[in-house]
Amino acid sequence: MLNEFVPETFDFGALALALFAGAIRIGTPFLFVSLGECLTEKAGRVNLGLEGILVCGAMTGYAVSLQTGSPWLGVLGAGISGMILGTIHGLVCSLRGVNDIAFGIALMIFGTGLAFYLGKPFIQPQAPMLPSFSLGDWSTNSQLRNALEINGLFIVGVVLAVLLHWGLASTRWGLVLRLVGDHAETARAMGYRLIPVRVMATAVGGFLAAIGGAYLSLYYPGSWNEGLSSGQGLMAVALVIFARWRPMRCLFAALLFGATGALGPALQSLGITSGYYLFNAAPYVLTLIIMVITCRIDRKVSGAPGELSLTR
Amino acid sequence: MRIFLQRLTLKILPAVPTICALVGALLMFVAFLILQGKPALEACSLIYVGAFGSSFAWENTLQRAAPLMLTALCVAIPARTGLIIIGGEGAVALGGLACAITPLLLPDSFPATPTLLLMATAAVATGGGWIALAGWLRQFRGVNETISSLLLAYIALALFNHMVEGPLRDPGSLNKPSTPPLSEEYMIGSLPGIDVHWGLFWGVFACIVVHVLVRYGVFGFSMAVVGGNVRAARLVGLPVNRIVLMACILGGGAAGLAGMMEVAAIHGSANSALLAGYGYSGILVAFAARQNPLAIIACALLIGGIESSGSLLQRRLDLPDATTLVLQGLLFINLLGWETLTGWLKIWRLRLVESAALRTKGTTHA
Repeated sequence: MLNEFVPETFDFGALALALFAGAIRIGTPFLFVSLGECLTEKAGRVNLGLEGILVCGAMTGYAVSLQTGSPWLGVLGAGISGMILGTIHGLVCSLRGVNDIAFGIALMIFGTGLAFYLGKPFIQPQAPMLPSFSLGDWSTNSQLRNALEINGLFIVGVVLAVLLHWGLASTRWGLVLRLVGDHAETARAMGYRLIPVRVMATAVGGFLAAIGGAYLSLYYPGSWNEGLSSGQGLMAVALVIFARWRPMRCLFAALLFGATGALGPALQSLGITSGYYLFNAAPYVLTLIIMVITCRIDRKVSGAPGELSLTR
Repeated sequence: MRIFLQRLTLKILPAVPTICALVGALLMFVAFLILQGKPALEACSLIYVGAFGSSFAWENTLQRAAPLMLTALCVAIPARTGLIIIGGEGAVALGGLACAITPLLLPDSFPATPTLLLMATAAVATGGGWIALAGWLRQFRGVNETISSLLLAYIALALFNHMVEGPLRDPGSLNKPSTPPLSEEYMIGSLPGIDVHWGLFWGVFACIVVHVLVRYGVFGFSMAVVGGNVRAARLVGLPVNRIVLMACILGGGAAGLAGMMEVAAIHGSANSALLAGYGYSGILVAFAARQNPLAIIACALLIGGIESSGSLLQRRLDLPDATTLVLQGLLFINLLGWETLTGWLKIWRLRLVESAALRTKGTTHA
């Protein structure tokens, strides 16, 4: 069966390398968006609008990088744009009777529309890109060298995952955040105010998600256009469930998703062109399978924040 | 006089959040354009002209509104049982595909009417089955239906593209990969008198049927019970899983029918032109209508009108085509945000009713 598709001289080593490189290259935006969503959900809110925030961040990052000439300023600009949209989500969902899932869908449409509108002039020009670090100079294998070309934002993301893990587990801030997300009654009884904590968590979550978007436009694929995002923002929500709301597991889950996303392009570059669309759908299928495995019919996923509307 | 005013207020009260949302969205849109230094008022009047300003604009708007009514039902019917389904686009794509390949499976020169019926059945069954998958995953596996329906939509689009550009591609379609074109007799024509296809009729018809179903039917009532309180529904012995699945099948079937109408009335074959985002706009229509099937007809006209005015804005004012998307986003945000008034209105309404009751009591005693 497999022989029909795979040529005789198929290079499985090259495929493995391509998947490894892809895990980092395609996984980085997943990492940032999932860390952002993880933080938001830890406080008891779901933000499906991260998809719109991601697209908006991609546009803002590209535009700022083009205007200032500094890609890192672009990343910061993207983060601020995401923070603004995140704050809107946080504030509006604090009003009584506003459903956070539905509002997320609205924010998704609004963020995408805003990005497409404001980003029209930036489709053609070439903005300065983010730098990457070559960790593979010792090797003579050009494919390996290529695979070890690690982008700066991935390293930032790894540090961030560790920081977030530590912060949620062992700081006062983290404890309050988790309490608010786990048991609002107790938090209120102890005198903590729920709304500021949740708004802040959503705002910071938006900041991180928008950085994921800036990665898309400033590193890989590395240009701004309207078809840039392919649902990373939404898949991150599923990814966080898979990671059971733990930042370090988000890192591994993001790498897994990146590798799956790299499957289609990697096979294509190795000469397998039939079923291109099907291979590109692999991440969605994987997400669905993962959700089926991790979710429970009684809807109490272990590790889920107690106040989350998503798992109730 | 005061009693009359009170009665009037009671009638208007439920519409207050929607009115606030419309006004708020419009004001924000105007502010947004003014900040850009663009002629805001002219843009607004052009949106009106492009949507409802001439018979040509009306035809354009109705053409767009037809599939939106059906895709909005794909959100609204499952919403009755408490599900938020946002993957209608996948059902549109697969429904259109199923309808486009049905005539290929039939013998040549099969009579037109049964063929059309079979095409519709195939489209409805495919779309319904696809959305039912999301409902099944929720009821039997505990997977959140909002996310799974969207993932299923992405998978459906991949399947659609694979089929249209691979196994089902018509070798004659060079620049734009398509399935083999439908022969003329299997195409759906225009409504008598106007240049709008029969899909509009079926869209309105479906909304009315669903309205009757949810308003007067036993099944509609049981859907409302399930959506209101699952535990209560289980306690009174309703087959919750079956009702949810049925709602998903009906909704998905409506979206699949939208795909069929687009293929059999406009494009003539399944190709990427089918993926115009009707499934996603349908979400906005359903939420704007507050999941009310009759209100969907009006809201589909509104959203369809806004979308069809995009090209006019682009030509006259050189605004990006995403302008209408910004307006839709603002509209959506406002609709949900102002929903918070509903809680206050309930309290206010109670007070009004109470004081009215007291007053009538007083007059009868005197």
